[in-house]
Amino acid sequence: MSEQIDEKLRVELQRQGVWVTSMQELYNWGRKNSIWPLQFGLACCAIEMIATAASRYDIARFGGEVFRPSPRQADLMIVAGTVTKKMAPQIVRLYNQMADPKYVIAMGACAISGGPFKQGYNVLKGIDRYIPVDVYIPGCPPRPEALLHAFMELQRKIDSQKLTGTDKAEFLKPEQPSEFPVPKFGEHDLEPPANRNVFQPPKLERI
Amino acid sequence: MESLEQIKACAEAAVPAAKIEIVPNPGPANQPSLLIDIEQGLAVAQFLRNDPALRLDFCSNVTGVDWLDRVVKKTAKIKTVVDGVEREVDQTIEEKIPGYLEAVYHLYSMAHRHGPVIIRMRTADRAAGACLPSLTPVWRSTEFQEREIFDLYGIQFDGHPDLRRILMWDELEDYPMRKDYVQPDDFEWEPTPHDEVLERTKQHYTPRPELDGAEKITAQQ
Repeated sequence: MSEQIDEKLRVELQRQGVWVTSMQELYNWGRKNSIWPLQFGLACCAIEMIATAASRYDIARFGGEVFRPSPRQADLMIVAGTVTKKMAPQIVRLYNQMADPKYVIAMGACAISGGPFKQGYNVLKGIDRYIPVDVYIPGCPPRPEALLHAFMELQRKIDSQKLTGTDKAEFLKPEQPSEFPVPKFGEHDLEPPANRNVFQPPKLERI
Repeated sequence: MESLEQIKACAEAAVPAAKIEIVPNPGPANQPSLLIDIEQGLAVAQFLRNDPALRLDFCSNVTGVDWLDRVVKKTAKIKTVVDGVEREVDQTIEEKIPGYLEAVYHLYSMAHRHGPVIIRMRTADRAAGACLPSLTPVWRSTEFQEREIFDLYGIQFDGHPDLRRILMWDELEDYPMRKDYVQPDDFEWEPTPHDEVLERTKQHYTPRPELDGAEKITAQQ
């Protein structure tokens, strides 16, 4: 907006009762204030997510109270809890079934990295091995305030996404994949153990 | 409740073919258990449940144990003649015990409010087809727990009504709770590795690029 109209002029117009906006601003304002999460929980973080949705913390203040039971109607996937290797293919499949634009919050130590169960034989070391994650929340479990903070970060991200131009939002680019391969149950591990197009850990140069 | 020795005597009287051993537990818990042979396991279990004095009608817990091949050192005093004088000399004998898998059942009686009586069964070896008699026909509550032991330790329970993996996926070929289980190699990103994890993470490290020798130059004194 700021590059299209002078900010001072805009303020002056607003003072005179004329409100100027752009399609992008209006569109993003609508999107960021009605992020509907997918209703599922995996472990104890889900209890904090429920607390966030209930009256005390009240995610409705941010427009996220409509937890949808179907991925077709959801904008946001809150991966709340330990992702076991047996559950990971279902998570990826649910993500694939969500309509664009879609966002992912990895809530808690387990969803980020496997957390305290990292060395377990059946725990995935972070959901970012298979699907792209927008906001990570550390904590075990994170408090509801932390989830609200992540939610506000996501709103900021949505607000800053552009609809046109070369730096437009990723989901608007046709070459950008919106579905990711679902891992298969292998003889020793999930196959593949990580999607290399999504998961690129930093290379450690050590002796 | 009778002592474990009495229970053992009663069970041997009721099932004459049974070979029962008492496994002592020297730990603070002091819960000795009965080791029952595989052939008569089901008959002994039925006796423990049906005997009017015992009535162990509730199996609260079943668990598996993996024992690798091990060597036990025993010291025994042996009399030998040294320099014409008879002396007692300590001699260590190494006894090799082949590995086996074990299932442990904790039994209680709801009718008489006593327990636990702990029974164990051991497989012949740690091979893939190692089997034990299933006690699910005797105690219904052991169904899922025997499935879990099958899933994680690989003990085949003969006579189990529905022996499938319960936690891991069906395609898996490993038994994750066995002591010689090797985790799949997904250690490429460990921000704070230590111990075993460090060793496995090191395999993913890329070596530092060739240095030009400048780092070796130190200030002249």
